[in-house]
Amino acid sequence: MAKKKLMAIISTLLLLTVAGTFLAFNATTQEDTAFEEMQKQADKCLEGMDSKDCMNGMNQYGNLPKRAEQHAQETIGVVGSYGDDGFDGMRYLTAWNFNDLPAEERKNYYRETKRPDGSLLREYWFYAQDKEIEIAPGVFYPAWTYNGQVPAPTIRATEGDLIRIHFTNAGTKPHTMHFHGFHDSKNDGSMQEDLVYPGENFTYEFEAVPYGIHLYHCHSVPLKQHIAKGLYGAYIIDPKNDTRPKADKEMVMVMNAFDTNLDGGNEVYAINSKAFYYAMNPIKVKQDELIRLYVINIVEFDPINSFHLHATFFDEYSTGTRQEPDAYTDIISLAQGERSILDVRFPFEGMYMFHAHVSEFAELGWMGFFEVEK
Amino acid sequence: MDETQAKSRFVIKAILPLLLLAILLIFFLKFGPLGVLKSTAPPVENIFIQKTILSPEYITLEFINDGSEPVTIAQVLINDAYWKFAIEPSATLQPLEKGTIKVFYPWVEGDFEAITLISRNGVTFETEVEVATKTPIFNRSYVKTFVLLGLYVGVIPVLIGLLWLPFLRLLRARWYDFLLALTVGLLIFLGFDALAESFELIGNLPQVYNGIGIILIGFLLAVLTLGAISYKSEQIEKKRGEFHQALVFGYLIALGIGLHNMGEGLAIGSAYAVGEVALGSLLVIGFMIHNVTEGVAIVAPLTRVIKNVNHFMLHLILMGIIAGAPTIIGALLGGFSYSAALAIFFLAIGAGAIFDVSFDIMHYMAKGKWTSLFTITNVLGFLVGLVVMYVTGFLVAV
Repeated sequence: MAKKKLMAIISTLLLLTVAGTFLAFNATTQEDTAFEEMQKQADKCLEGMDSKDCMNGMNQYGNLPKRAEQHAQETIGVVGSYGDDGFDGMRYLTAWNFNDLPAEERKNYYRETKRPDGSLLREYWFYAQDKEIEIAPGVFYPAWTYNGQVPAPTIRATEGDLIRIHFTNAGTKPHTMHFHGFHDSKNDGSMQEDLVYPGENFTYEFEAVPYGIHLYHCHSVPLKQHIAKGLYGAYIIDPKNDTRPKADKEMVMVMNAFDTNLDGGNEVYAINSKAFYYAMNPIKVKQDELIRLYVINIVEFDPINSFHLHATFFDEYSTGTRQEPDAYTDIISLAQGERSILDVRFPFEGMYMFHAHVSEFAELGWMGFFEVEK
Repeated sequence: MDETQAKSRFVIKAILPLLLLAILLIFFLKFGPLGVLKSTAPPVENIFIQKTILSPEYITLEFINDGSEPVTIAQVLINDAYWKFAIEPSATLQPLEKGTIKVFYPWVEGDFEAITLISRNGVTFETEVEVATKTPIFNRSYVKTFVLLGLYVGVIPVLIGLLWLPFLRLLRARWYDFLLALTVGLLIFLGFDALAESFELIGNLPQVYNGIGIILIGFLLAVLTLGAISYKSEQIEKKRGEFHQALVFGYLIALGIGLHNMGEGLAIGSAYAVGEVALGSLLVIGFMIHNVTEGVAIVAPLTRVIKNVNHFMLHLILMGIIAGAPTIIGALLGGFSYSAALAIFFLAIGAGAIFDVSFDIMHYMAKGKWTSLFTITNVLGFLVGLVVMYVTGFLVAV
């Protein structure tokens, strides 16, 4: 009797196993058969089929309809739009020496006086200020700024001008202004004794040499923090005798990035601080006109950044310190602090992308468009 | 002093401290040094991502605001690229509020996917999918898979273990103690295993849920409930003799193992669902061999008291199902609506039940004198039980 029961259990177990296994192998999914055939054909090519037969074999399926579930690529990018944090990315492109301000307001920040030798004394009023800026739609960064903006206002002079900068620190940490270019040691803004403490002020004065595209930034310590937090701007010196072709449009592009979670890596990359800003607001230019771009890389933490333009090539003046182009290319790489002047013409109308060819940066915000019109 | 007066005094005495506390709180909020206590540092934002569901061409994230401040989710990054997303119920989550994000993303089967949420203040919350694979949705084919999994891993091995009963009965009487000790060894190993696993799972739980608290409650709940039950049944069953005592043991062991297996099923099901384990046939075979020992643990105390297997068949099958079937329930629950809290709770209950039963068996073996437990036979049996579990455990090392 007991044996019978035992047999019953064993057979139940066997039955369960068989039934279960059957259930498991029963599950099949329906697939796009034409597409599968096409893939099989492609496999045959790999296996050494004659290339002509192989291509004919694949082409016989024609242009298969888009597979319904593959639309995800279309949703790359950020959601939402930028609010108004006081910084206009479009205006920044062509603003230097505060020329975007009404004359009355402008003279609070910038004044020029003729000097006996014909050159100019250019005086600037700068202040450091802590300010929250919007770096991606809905993402805010507690920045340290010059004059409440990142990148800071562009300084532009002609070779040989005298530059005088009245700097007040209204921020919460000691800051300085350190300019790339020629100057004496007391105007270098990089030593401990050069620190301008909160509430203090200091006046920097130096001659604008050499011509080119330069940079200014805070040189307080920790240096990487003071730079990453947003204390930097463009400093352009035009050659006294300019032999380059005359530009129709000039624009300043500062490649920057932000480490929002303070982990020593950037979450947001951009041209002029706002991720994808020029993708949302394409830069309008004319076909065949000469566009001069002043490009600076100030990205912290990543050793290299690049600038790549679609559908055309450009003349590169490395650091802008010679009037003959150093390269004719469509991509340049810039390490931290490096910069270049790029002369661009678009031969066709249409929308053209420009972005970091460090693809990761491009998809983290460093991507925009030129809209070329006739 | 009349009765009503006494009553109101009683109430006042009970309420007075609460009243004082309320007054103090009001004063504190109105005039208190909140400014001092308020931190000047940015609020610590905390989002806990509980679940990542991969569907063809899109990813769904379920998360909870695990901090003390509202959090606004501004952007979503997948593998270092921004992706558009939809968030529900709103982009701003109050503390303890749950939210869902849906992102269309062309994820690749088998790839590693890193997902990052960025808050308004730039704080990031990250989650990872080790091996991307489609998350099971509740349809027939997956129910089949999980039922099958439960059968193979839970029910069948336990039933197979039970089949040793006739063999065990043939053993000489002195081996009975050895078998009991072996059972205790197996059980203690399982109990520690369940506890360790529940502690490990705390990492998958939002802080607010307090995993240690869940373990403590689950564990003690099992120990105390079973303690009360066996105390009660002891009083009743005493007159009925050894047979009923053994029967109670059998069922208690089956129950404890069942709860443990439910937790195990939850863990397997969820790991499978999120693509953390490839449920290769090798792993399933491993679990089968490992769990056969559980069947042995159930029948060992019964070997001597059962005079006729025949009369006992129904009990045996029932015990097998009690011990094994919860694996199916666990695997289904784990696969379709995984909750770390639930898994921790069941594992803790299982651990409590197992420890309780092992204690009962030892109590029975001791026959009133604890030191009599430590015979060479018992100690050997216990150690063999531990080693058997340890060695078969290699088969299921994920």
